[in-house]
Amino acid sequence: MAAAFDEMNGLGEDLRPAYQELSRWLKETPPDALEYRRQEAELLFRRIGITFAVYGDAEAQERLIPFDVIPRIMSASEWTLLETGLKQRVLALNLFLKDIYHGRDILRADIIPEDLIFQNPVFRPEMNGQDVPHDIYVHIAGIDIIRTDAENFIVLEDNARTPSGVSYMLENREIMMRLFPDLFARHRVAPVERYPDELLSALRSVAPHSASAEPTVALMTPGVYNSAYYEHSFLADKLGIELVEGRDLIVKNDEVFMRTTEGLKRVDVIYRRVDDDFLDPLTFRPDSALGVPGLMSAYAAGNITLANAVGTGIADDKAIYSYMPDIVKFYLSEEPILKNVQTWRCREAQDLSYVLDNLADLVVKEVHGSGGYGMLIGPAATKATIEAFRDKLKREPEGFIAQPTLALSTCPTCTDKGLAPRHVDLRPFVLTGSSHTTIVPGGLTRVALKEGSLVVNSSQGGGTKDTWILSE
Amino acid sequence: MLSRTAENLFWLARYVERAEYLARTIDATLRVTALPAAYIGKTNEWDSALLTAGVGANFYNHYKEANAESVVEYLSFSPENPSSIRNCIEAARLNSRSVRTALTSEMWDTINSAWIELQAVWNKAPANREELAKFLRFVQETSLRFDGSAYRTMLRNDAYWFSRLGVHLERADNTARILDVKYHVLLPEEEHVGGPLDYYQWTSILRSVSATTAYHWVYRETLKPWLIADLLILNDTLPRSLASCYSNLVRNLDQIGVAYGRQGAAQRHARGIRNRLEHSHMDDIFQHGVHEFIQEFLADNSRLGEIIAKQYLM
Repeated sequence: MAAAFDEMNGLGEDLRPAYQELSRWLKETPPDALEYRRQEAELLFRRIGITFAVYGDAEAQERLIPFDVIPRIMSASEWTLLETGLKQRVLALNLFLKDIYHGRDILRADIIPEDLIFQNPVFRPEMNGQDVPHDIYVHIAGIDIIRTDAENFIVLEDNARTPSGVSYMLENREIMMRLFPDLFARHRVAPVERYPDELLSALRSVAPHSASAEPTVALMTPGVYNSAYYEHSFLADKLGIELVEGRDLIVKNDEVFMRTTEGLKRVDVIYRRVDDDFLDPLTFRPDSALGVPGLMSAYAAGNITLANAVGTGIADDKAIYSYMPDIVKFYLSEEPILKNVQTWRCREAQDLSYVLDNLADLVVKEVHGSGGYGMLIGPAATKATIEAFRDKLKREPEGFIAQPTLALSTCPTCTDKGLAPRHVDLRPFVLTGSSHTTIVPGGLTRVALKEGSLVVNSSQGGGTKDTWILSE
Repeated sequence: MLSRTAENLFWLARYVERAEYLARTIDATLRVTALPAAYIGKTNEWDSALLTAGVGANFYNHYKEANAESVVEYLSFSPENPSSIRNCIEAARLNSRSVRTALTSEMWDTINSAWIELQAVWNKAPANREELAKFLRFVQETSLRFDGSAYRTMLRNDAYWFSRLGVHLERADNTARILDVKYHVLLPEEEHVGGPLDYYQWTSILRSVSATTAYHWVYRETLKPWLIADLLILNDTLPRSLASCYSNLVRNLDQIGVAYGRQGAAQRHARGIRNRLEHSHMDDIFQHGVHEFIQEFLADNSRLGEIIAKQYLM
């Protein structure tokens, strides 16, 4: 693979303008000062308790996501382009969801095969014909963006269910400002701190009609053992809303209440960080101890807003992903601003045979997987792994998609051997309320810390960086 | 606030208080058992320590003999003991995580740092007495920091009051347990059978409630067992006395009552106990039997815990 595009140095040694000041600063700063700050940052993270859990890893139930102190920087014009593209993409996602659960124009227009929707386990027939306030399904989207050159932003994945990571965007910034006040003083970095306010106003704006003028919003978590629990408590705190578990909620006469020390109190909007399957044992998994019996009937009665809505998984499914450019064009009659990664649908015979012939060069992903689990990275895999995967793929081709191995852009990163380029992606968070869509300038930059690695997921050894959007 | 949040705050405070109490019990027992046998008589002080911690029965499922080594291990580190110091701190951390939004960052930092230190430094029983002393100091300082940061940083609202309820309910229980185990050395002069041997027992009791100096300030007297009983039960200037715990319980319950605009069984029950303590004299208590009095108090105190749970925490 050719050398990747570098966020700081482009394709060679041509320092990109946004990084000029950083480059100068790096030259003035002795390497051990960076290492010292890195350790300080780690100590801060551990004391604040910003940890995540790794499933199936009893030894390290709470781990820190490694934090890299070198920021990833974008110019104002790059951001403007990205922002416009993200708004377009999320608008299309919402229109698509409304259509899928109502008129289904897009199926009748033969743009997406029906069985891809109706046979899909993340399609929720319970949502058929059900209206949601202001037709908003995806209130909080986390769109994973990569780039391979200076011109294009490419969407790697849409996260329209319960995207996480925004707490790192906010905490990374806090810690950077604490550790590197000088470096900040030399830049004009757009602030991210209004994210909680924007989120709260978006959530309030979608309260049901039966809510009072001051709607009550709560954040629902699966509990302390969930890998993103820290983020749940962090956000509840920043928003000033209750952090509830299923057992704190009760449904009476199709209204949702929380159990408080003063008796039952009505809840109007639930920012839920619990998957569809676990929301209501009466509707979905009966063995779920996390959910609230009757929640779906209160939802159907229009007395509670769930954010994101139930059934949004059909929009960020990896099989649907490959149709996103068509989806954008269909609903908005516009060309998509953000590109898609070329994707082979293994359910289609022609694509499958291509994929089987080129396994060693491709990345193959489970359609319903997430977090980097269960995927094959051809170029990095052994022969045996590839053959094992080949069998899996033949048995159940509709469960997989394949993409070329992309040279994700790199960004200078602290390593054992000093600063070195490491591959990065970016997850900005798109908030949609009743009146407008907002994106706080920034996002979560994830970095693959291992040399040459392309996997940025925290569960697979990835780290994070602060993301700076410079203002003009 | 959420009932679950209130419950977690209540228990969080109890766990921290209990950890500190266990540390003080171990400390006091180490000192009294360091004396030559002629000064303390034949009682096994380590057995008493187990009894005051309320874990006597379970201990003997795991150990043959109660001595310094076995009891220190059991009370401090043993995974077999659900209320060992270690388990208390672990439980406190778990409770803190689930109510992070209701804690100030100072309180969270105290508990989280203690938990980190527990994993890193105190992951096995201390090798020697010096290490043990350090460990006990660590536990006591954690509790002081926690209490101090709660006092200095929490909003004075129901979160604070519920956490205070946990502290005082647990504290009252602990003091009453010491009295329950040791009441026989605190009887008035005419019934007193132990003789001078008990002097060190008395000091030990005072030490386990951090009241050796306080005693002298309050009574300006040499140690008299019935005065020690008076101090621990009725003197509401001593923070660990039953009377003081109940003034605090009543006050915090009243504040909750005012904030919520209604009172209930918890307020009535606490006030009943407080009134009894206020209107009692040691003479009467001795006359009716200290042991019976304490037994009754322990039952009343745990009943209050149940009533609070029913009224607010479920």
